[in-house]
Amino acid sequence: MASYSTSEFRSGLKVMLDGDPCSVMENEFVKPGKGQAFNRVRLRNLKTGRVWDRTFKSGESLEAADVMEHDMEYLYTDGEFWHFMMTDGTFEQHAADEKAIEEAAKWLKEQDVYVVTLYNGAPLSVAAANFVELEVVETDPGLKGDTAQGGTKPAKFATGAVVNVPLFVNIGEVLRIDTRSGEYVSRAKS
Amino acid sequence: MNWQPSCPLENLRARAELYAQIRAFFSSRKVMEVETPLLSCASATDPQLESIVACLSVNPGSLPRNVYLHTSPEFPMKRLLAAGSGDIFQICKTFRNGETGQRHNPEFSMLEWYREGFSLQALMAEVEALIQAVGNVNPAVQLSYRDAFLHYLSFDPFIISDAELAQKANELSAYNGPELSRDDTLNLLLSQFIEPKLGRSEPTFLTEYPESQASLAKVKTSANGYKVAERFELYLNGLEIANGYDELTDAQEQIKRFTEDNTIRRRLGLNEMPVDENLIAAMQTGLPTCSGVALGLDRLLMVIQGAAAIGQVLAFPIDRA
Repeated sequence: MASYSTSEFRSGLKVMLDGDPCSVMENEFVKPGKGQAFNRVRLRNLKTGRVWDRTFKSGESLEAADVMEHDMEYLYTDGEFWHFMMTDGTFEQHAADEKAIEEAAKWLKEQDVYVVTLYNGAPLSVAAANFVELEVVETDPGLKGDTAQGGTKPAKFATGAVVNVPLFVNIGEVLRIDTRSGEYVSRAKS
Repeated sequence: MNWQPSCPLENLRARAELYAQIRAFFSSRKVMEVETPLLSCASATDPQLESIVACLSVNPGSLPRNVYLHTSPEFPMKRLLAAGSGDIFQICKTFRNGETGQRHNPEFSMLEWYREGFSLQALMAEVEALIQAVGNVNPAVQLSYRDAFLHYLSFDPFIISDAELAQKANELSAYNGPELSRDDTLNLLLSQFIEPKLGRSEPTFLTEYPESQASLAKVKTSANGYKVAERFELYLNGLEIANGYDELTDAQEQIKRFTEDNTIRRRLGLNEMPVDENLIAAMQTGLPTCSGVALGLDRLLMVIQGAAAIGQVLAFPIDRA
């Protein structure tokens, strides 16, 4: 496997550190006028999601991680695995386990496309789009005349996610949700 | 094509204004502006500096030879002093290979000046007067290297054992790599935990460096009895701006330090650098007692203009050069 030196560390580069695949977030070159040069590097451990700050002597290198991001269509879940299919025409299928799916599980909609990160050929993580549009399957009846102001109530979506929504929302409506915060954004434009 | 300058045009105007102010400052103090070659047959031996090599043919068809783009104009300026130039300053481009980042560009602008008979204290006062003439800054303070470590990291850099120091570095800085020398470890901690805090409310002169980091400065015994380098660094807003020395004038000591540098270079697997015999000869003739300082103009401009990255004050940083 190739390796990368500190001068090649760019945001998004995937490298191996302490046996785990990591993605470089930031890389700062630090050098006193007289003295050794260092690189202060911020990395995200792609297995745990944790952020690591590490300092390297400039010129040191790390092994590249066999990590690839692919667009894949979500097919179905059998309860244990979530099945995805490549959208590049190969129809190659990959099964992601609970660890890889994590939070994304509650936003998955069949036939939608997600970014699946493969590590050594197996799904490492699945990223939902920042915004998804989902149909409300369960909520208290909407209050007529209520506008954007005022209280909220829980609403359940077909994917199983529960989100606080404005009081005027009715069952069957399609809403736009920010998956990063898990918050209601607006009614979907139809 | 990314043909446009990376910095706002107002920062180009600020640079022109800065240079005019600097020239007026030195003119009023009777310091002469000089020019020395950027290309030289010898360059810095410092193992932490890598010179950029150029290939020179002095006549068409003559055998090309390697020459170096200087890492600072120090050597030829000292030759001028030895030749009797008196006080001199220079504004020039300086080159350091492999140094690119938020605060680094492999080619950068430097102001370097030398004052005969000036103590390090007198030179610091002049540096302060200069930055007050060009920027809106508070009166400066001085902080010794030892006090800085005691204050920010609670240990004495002169007496801590190598083992304890290595442990500190591991704990504090999440250092990942091969074992570091004592000076490298101190530099790591300084650059990560001390420098960013220096010069925040007032310009800060860091003084009395360990003897092992003397470079081309004289060595003296501090009030606490430690051997320290007659050297200072100026910090503004956490940025290292200038580096000054009470200049070494002893040719024998100079040869010794060059030789030690090349020994370290060999050990690190770096090319040995030719020693500047012209400088040695000038020093043997007699370099006047003097203090000198090199000041990074791009970084000073970053502070004056409130720029976070060096690219914001350069017309064309290396990725657009």
